[in-house]
Amino acid sequence: MGNILTFASAFILPCVILYIVGYGLLSKLNIYDIFIDGAKDGIKIVFNIMPTLVGLLFAVGILRASSAFDLLGRLLEPILDRLGMIVEVFTLAIIKMFSSSASTGILTDIYKNYGTDSAAGLMASIILSSTETVFYTISVYFLSVKITKTRYTVWGALVATIAGVVASVVITNCFLM
Amino acid sequence: MLNYMWGIMIIIGIVVGALTGNMEAVSAAIIDSSKEAIALCITMLGIVAMWTGVLKIAEVGGLMAAMSRILSPVIDFLFPRVPKDHPAREYISTNFVANILGLGWAATPAGLKAMEELQKLNKDKSVATTDMCTFLIINISSLQLVPMNIIAYRSEYGSVAPTAIIVPAILATLVSTLAGVIYAKIMGRRYHG
Repeated sequence: MGNILTFASAFILPCVILYIVGYGLLSKLNIYDIFIDGAKDGIKIVFNIMPTLVGLLFAVGILRASSAFDLLGRLLEPILDRLGMIVEVFTLAIIKMFSSSASTGILTDIYKNYGTDSAAGLMASIILSSTETVFYTISVYFLSVKITKTRYTVWGALVATIAGVVASVVITNCFLM
Repeated sequence: MLNYMWGIMIIIGIVVGALTGNMEAVSAAIIDSSKEAIALCITMLGIVAMWTGVLKIAEVGGLMAAMSRILSPVIDFLFPRVPKDHPAREYISTNFVANILGLGWAATPAGLKAMEELQKLNKDKSVATTDMCTFLIINISSLQLVPMNIIAYRSEYGSVAPTAIIVPAILATLVSTLAGVIYAKIMGRRYHG
């Protein structure tokens, strides 16, 4: 099962590109010129994102290094215990809201310390699969069009994220253990 | 909101760091994380440019329009205020499909284009429209069906069943997306009556 899936997933990216390029060629488009034109937009997009990313990763970096997340986790430990959630998994869920690369580091730590198929390992895997980088996405998307009043977006994104985390905890505790 | 959050994150971080004796780590993090941000952008440059190039071909060739026609019932339901033939629909559809397939790098440029188009429909350029809020909430609710990256990490770290999380992950993703859609719909309705 695992092998078939890995095999099939290796096809997604090349096939999407094959389809688009093949279609463009058959439609007699100047595909290479169009590609270059589009790639220029991509470079501009990343340059526009850069300052946002520096601002966000720098603030998250300070918070992580200060051990504020661990402190929060320890404070909430009695509640987390009752939910069958260890502090590391809670920290993971919080960090994922800011940075995908930082959360991957925590995920691999959990795998090393508790095992990939332990409750913590499974819960962490499902949480990362069902949540997104809330604050990163909101700041990049809104700042790109210079919107400063985001109305209820943050709350909505938090509602969806909390629902995903709760579902991950319930599924792990009720069905996988 | 973002202004306060950003400021509070930095202040809490530095104060907690001082109280817990982690100031050295905080100092290092200030420098390292800023460097990392640009390193990440360098990686992004190549991949995002490749995707915006390929997606441009799809756009000019009419593939994106075809896809947004297929998704049009979904788009109509979620974004009733976007006109029928507006280009925002194409970019929103592309963003959703790329996310579902797990092509996150392709999703971001399409998503930013969608924001640009939605901004053209906006009367007050500094305030998010209801459609923008809906778009971002759904985007952030996670749409990816098969978490290939997580499966790869699981097998790398010696899992006996790396793919055991697929069905649970799909379920959890459905729950989070449903919660996001319901919230966005309720808030949108409250605002527009």
